[in-house]
Amino acid sequence: MIHFVLLVSRQGKVRLTKWYSPYTQKERSKVIRELSGVILNRGPKLCNFVEWRGYKVVYKRYASLYFCMCIDQEDNELEVLEIIHHYVEILDRYFGSVCELDLIFHFHKAYYILDELLIAGELQESSKKTIARIVSAHDQVVEAAKEEAGSISNIIAQATK
Amino acid sequence: MNPFSSGTRLRDMIRSIRACKTAAEERGVVRKECADIRASINENDPHDRHRNLAKLMFIHMLGYPTHFGQMECLKLIASPGFPEKRIGYLGLMLLLDERQEVLMLVTNSLKQDLNHTNQYVVGLALCALGNICSAEMARDLAPEVERLIQFRDPNIRKKAALCSTRIVRKVPDLAENFVNAASSLLKEKHHGVLITGVQLCYELCTINDEALEYFRKKCTEGLIKTLRDITNSAYQPEYDVAGITDPFLHVRLLKLLRVLGHGDADASDLMTDILAQVATKTESNKNAGNAVLYECVETIMAIEDTSSLRVLAINILGRFLSNRDNNIRYVALNMLMKAIAFDDQAVQRHRVTILNCVKDPDASIRKRALDLVSLLVNENNVKQLTEELIDYLEISDEDFKEDLSAKICSIVEKFSPEKIWYIDQMLKVLSEAGKFVKDDVWHALIVVISNASELHGYTVRALYKAVLTFSEQETLVRVAIWCIGEYGDLLVNNVGVLGIEDPITVTESDALDVIEDAITRHNSDMNTRAMALVALLKLSSRFPSISERIKDIIVKQKGSLLLEMQQRAIEFNSIVDRHKNIRSSLVERMPVLDEATFNVRRAGSLPASVSTMSKPSVSIPNGVAAAPLVDLLDLGSDDILAAPSSSGADFLQDLLGVDLGSSPAQSDATQAPKAGTDLLLDILSIGTPSPAQNSTSSIDLLSTTDYNKNPSIALETLSSPAPPHKATTSSAATNGPVYPPIVAYESISLKIEFSFSKTPGNPQTTNVQATFINLSPNTFTDCIFQAAVPKFLQLHLDPASSNTLPASGNITQNLRVTNSQHGKKSLVMRMRIGYKVNGKDVLEEGQINNFPRGL
Repeated sequence: MIHFVLLVSRQGKVRLTKWYSPYTQKERSKVIRELSGVILNRGPKLCNFVEWRGYKVVYKRYASLYFCMCIDQEDNELEVLEIIHHYVEILDRYFGSVCELDLIFHFHKAYYILDELLIAGELQESSKKTIARIVSAHDQVVEAAKEEAGSISNIIAQATK
Repeated sequence: MNPFSSGTRLRDMIRSIRACKTAAEERGVVRKECADIRASINENDPHDRHRNLAKLMFIHMLGYPTHFGQMECLKLIASPGFPEKRIGYLGLMLLLDERQEVLMLVTNSLKQDLNHTNQYVVGLALCALGNICSAEMARDLAPEVERLIQFRDPNIRKKAALCSTRIVRKVPDLAENFVNAASSLLKEKHHGVLITGVQLCYELCTINDEALEYFRKKCTEGLIKTLRDITNSAYQPEYDVAGITDPFLHVRLLKLLRVLGHGDADASDLMTDILAQVATKTESNKNAGNAVLYECVETIMAIEDTSSLRVLAINILGRFLSNRDNNIRYVALNMLMKAIAFDDQAVQRHRVTILNCVKDPDASIRKRALDLVSLLVNENNVKQLTEELIDYLEISDEDFKEDLSAKICSIVEKFSPEKIWYIDQMLKVLSEAGKFVKDDVWHALIVVISNASELHGYTVRALYKAVLTFSEQETLVRVAIWCIGEYGDLLVNNVGVLGIEDPITVTESDALDVIEDAITRHNSDMNTRAMALVALLKLSSRFPSISERIKDIIVKQKGSLLLEMQQRAIEFNSIVDRHKNIRSSLVERMPVLDEATFNVRRAGSLPASVSTMSKPSVSIPNGVAAAPLVDLLDLGSDDILAAPSSSGADFLQDLLGVDLGSSPAQSDATQAPKAGTDLLLDILSIGTPSPAQNSTSSIDLLSTTDYNKNPSIALETLSSPAPPHKATTSSAATNGPVYPPIVAYESISLKIEFSFSKTPGNPQTTNVQATFINLSPNTFTDCIFQAAVPKFLQLHLDPASSNTLPASGNITQNLRVTNSQHGKKSLVMRMRIGYKVNGKDVLEEGQINNFPRGL
């Protein structure tokens, strides 16, 4: 299984973390610090797998962001590379040419998409189209709720004027 | 302002945080925002909760504490609307972890949401449960999730399947409940549901054996058909990745088939075709294809199968090995380690490629390749492989040197064909990477060196040359110092030169330079210096011509700031100055260190027991002077050789079961060298000592008791102020050369008689002719006579007249005994005879106390 997902920028800033195994808050910061150190120091031509604390960490660099996933020894690293790429392509499709700034200002959306991709550290859906459809359906529901609330408060505001 | 436009305020906060130039500024902004949020929480205004939680989550990602927001998550989850629930669940998953008790409060909300009419809400609940539930929550909500596996909407079904995966991991007992539901999922057409269904089945099979049996019987064929369909399917744009339709599904199916086929021949049979098809027809120029091939190879390795598939798998791995992509090579090396278990030959074929991978610039690949190489080593290729590895050791990085040198040492130890090769390789490793070599490795080297007596000269010369070039490698220096100390005379006199050596001349002074350098160099550590001092002591006996210089060096160390050095220097100096007579016997060659015992000790299994000491003595052939036994006695009685802190000598003392104790023999300490007497007894494994001998054990180092009164074994004291050669009146008896012969030993089968003669003018030396008489009707073959004498005697054995003692026949053997306490103490000897009779080994031992007085 995937134990956690970590997105770190080149400067070491954390952009997204998702934990599928129990780690306390203290342990989480420690892990993030350690792993960022290891991965950010690796050269460009090296392979995408790092052995760390008995686990394997698969990472891939996209522009200024490192996408890291920590997996068990018996998992298929090449497949996890594909999962990372899958996620990036979905983000790309959703945000339209995604860049790091999108992930900073709309981090909650990145999380929602990740939740449609992985649950309990396992892959949920292999079709980008399906995931995109579901997420946009969610967005529509939120928009509709906004409008409804907007209209009610308008009504109330007008009524109490 | 629109209360739902959380976007604007959140965006502003993020912008202002990013605009901060320093960490202190950022802390200030965050503190202000947190205060605002806390105030807003206290107001309990539902409108701002959404935005507040979003801001809190961002602040949490920056690394600040946010536990005051946890209850907000709960309130949001309990709200009726979808947007609030959505962000509430997200906050829950981010800010909490399963170990916190607050999580239990959510259970009720989760239960309600799992039964919600809005399927998106159900999805949210399943997602949260699947990511973060604890064991109790899992137990509570399992029935709901089970029901949802058969929900009408496929999105819910797939989430329910993964949620069940987590439940089953947390609470394995619940596995049985999910088996039926899981097997129905395997017949799905929707890829998402299929993937998650396969994952759930995999989990169930690994946890629960009955489930495994069930799936094996019922579902194997169905799975194989699904895999075949997906492999042969036409292009589907929705699922296509680099030419493969849904590689994720391929991989999951292969994984499940692996578990089903492992250990079961029938299931494995069914799979052979499809595995062969996948292995041969999958394109491997893109990562997706390689991922599928990799999984396929793993599955082939794991199931019971015919060798043809395995050959196919190893060929694929061979192709991977020569791929330029680092990832593929890494993965191939990983798999080859498992493949070695089945087919060593096939992997050996790729040895050259693997060796090249050891030199790869990528650290992960290097490490894997090194592990693989150490599995590949066997007697045939060890020399070549080691040569390559040592060549690489010279140019490798510092951080890799440690791993590499450790591996080389273990390979060399396990597979070395002959001692000289072993010593050569170890010397090379020590020269290149000495400081990474662990202690037990160079201890083992010393044991081997001491056992290879014909190579002593060669070894010490090679070490001398190496140390001149590589003097900064600490371990090399230590081994060199030990050898130069032990075999310095061989070094200087060019003894035992082998044909392959270049001749060098080393003077005593040169050898001494090396040791002096080791002591005085500022970055030598204490162990090295201490060992150097011991070596100096040995050399002071072996190199008498430069003993003045040696003495100077030792004297200089008397003022050392290290206590250990000071102590040793003082003690050794006192030996050099005042005890020249015993010095040579003190520092005689060490006895051969017993390899077998060393290995056992090293494995940590047995503590060195005293009985192991008998081994070295048994192997001493007839005719060799009992000097090694004398040395063992030396160590027992000589407390001045204080227990050195360097572990190199520690195990040796333990080997001999001698507890030298930590207290050094200060000249005013009184110690009973009981060990000495016991040592003698134990060496020859003679039974309990008789009371007469026991009385000798309480000998004081400083005792000035009258030695004449003690006829039995008395070990000499070292710091006795009396001069060693004191003539007493009883020595007048030495004039007459006639001494009556004695019966030294008599048993039912054997009798030994000693007759004596002395060469005139040499009263201390006695020639003894021993006659062995066979009293039994059987012939004794392979007769070996051994003797041990206390320290004040020196014994020399000539070869016996024959090794075969015929029935009622006899053989003779000459001995020469020199008594340095002539006149004061009489001769005493312990002896042992070993022989074979009727194919059985017999050992007889005895002590000879009835030597005529005055010998």
